[in-house]
Formats: sequence, structure tokens, C-alpha cells
Amino acid sequence: MKYIFDLHQTMLEQNLILVYEGEFTQEITKSVLAMAERNMDSSGEESSIKRKVFNVMVECLQNIVKHADDVEHNHSAVFMIGKQDNEYIIVSGNPIKRDKVDGLKSKLDQINSLDKDGLKTLYKDIIKNTEISDKGGAGLGFVDMARKSGRKLEYEFLDMEDGDSFFCLKSSIARV
Amino acid sequence: MEILNLEGTEDTPKIILDKGNGIFEISGRSLPEDSAEFYQPVLDWIEEYSKAPNGNTDFMFKLEYFNTASSKLILDVLSALEDIDGVNILWYFHEDDEDMEEAGEEFSELVEIPFEFKTY
Repeated sequence: MKYIFDLHQTMLEQNLILVYEGEFTQEITKSVLAMAERNMDSSGEESSIKRKVFNVMVECLQNIVKHADDVEHNHSAVFMIGKQDNEYIIVSGNPIKRDKVDGLKSKLDQINSLDKDGLKTLYKDIIKNTEISDKGGAGLGFVDMARKSGRKLEYEFLDMEDGDSFFCLKSSIARV
Repeated sequence: MEILNLEGTEDTPKIILDKGNGIFEISGRSLPEDSAEFYQPVLDWIEEYSKAPNGNTDFMFKLEYFNTASSKLILDVLSALEDIDGVNILWYFHEDDEDMEEAGEEFSELVEIPFEFKTY
């Protein structure tokens, strides 16, 4: 049963306050949000920071919910929140089809290349000209995450054995 | 005209659209699983209302939070209101919520309706 200890150690070392692995649905999203909110409330987090963390969490979680069906084999994903003295970290990992990688990459690179005003312009451009997709997304999630966090979105794609890719995404929100 | 009255939940806003009493309000949190489906009755109601609107329509948004899929639908709601004479948007934001204030400003730049900004 050493893995229990190891997992606990890892969580402590990485300052993880919440880890969820499994199926992602709207109901799960609401539960995770409620837990994270309670954690921030009980630690007396400032409301403006709480709102930003909540915001980034919603977009991150709903992204996974909307795109979980894209891959055939493995619908489970992972979501984590880390809390350090100076920042919150919101991390997700989920399998995606390998042919989606390039498109996703260029979207994220585009977002990361923009400053505050550039992101605002992109946001307004997308909201004006894009219809809600059949998955229910507005195509604004990443842009909003970058705007609300005020930081670049860090990402990595890892090859999985079944031919899919594992999409890791990390956002951080300053606590000062 | 029929009143549209939806109780707010943890992921959907409270909505009251009441022509008789002149109450038009969307408030709370908006992060429904399917935002297009959730806002359809609102858009339908506004379409009906636009056929015989009140002289003045003070439409209040008092949102604590909305996700990006909702923001697209809020723009659709605003666009539907744009065609009605005498519409004013009352955009409420918590006094320390700059993001909500900015969101209101951005919407006001996207539609031709007067916005009034208020804090709570």
C-alpha cells in the first residue's frame, strides 16, 4: 500500500489541494468547483483571486467535458489545483486524437503570442463572428483562460500507446 | 404576455422577464452545460416581446459569473434587444469585480444599446 503514501507525498510536494481523475461531466464539474470554492473560502482567499481561479477552472473543466468523446478508448482525464504562496496552478490532462494536435497547438501559440489588448481584440472577434459549435463551445475558452489568468498557457502533448495524444495544460493565477 | 420566470441554480442564472410589471432581469451564475438550449426560451420571449414592447425597457444583468459559452448567448440576447426601441441595459457588477465591469464594457462596444453601469 506504499502507493497511498507516495501519492500523498507527491500531492504535498506539488502543493496540490485537489486532484480528480475519471469521467468528466457537468455534475462532476459542479462538484469540483464547489470543493475548490470551499477550500478558497475556508483559507480566506481574496474574492478577486477566487473569481479568477473559478473562471479558469470552469473553462478548463468544460473543455474536457465537451471534448471527452473525441477519443474512442479512454474517456478519463485528470484535473488538479495547486496552491503555492504566490500562485494557484490549474492543470488538466486529457486524451485527444492525434490529428487534433496541430490545430490545438497553433491556437494556443496564437493566444500566447498576444498581449492583453491583442487577447481582447481576439475575444471580440471570435464572439462576434463564431456560432456555438455542436459541442456547445464558443471557441473562447482558451482565450478567456489567458485573459483571466494574465499569464501564458503552458502546454505539452504526449504520445499515448493507443495512438492518441495526451494534452497537458497548465494555467497559473497570481495570488498577489 | 406570459412571464418567464426561472429560479437560479448553482450553474444557471435567475431569469425574470415580466412585461406587465416592467421587470427584465438576468442574475446570478451562468455556466450551463448547454448554453444555447438554456437561453433559447429567453431569445424566444424577447422575439415575442419585440412585437409589442413597453415604451421603456430597463433590462438588468446582474451576473456574478458567466462562462464563455454563455457570453456568446448574452451577446445574442443583447443583439435581439438591439432592435427594440427604448431599451436600456443596466449592467451590475460587484464593486471589486473589474473583470465583470470590463465584460460589460466589451458588450456595450458590440451592440448599439445604451449601457448604464452600476455596482452592488
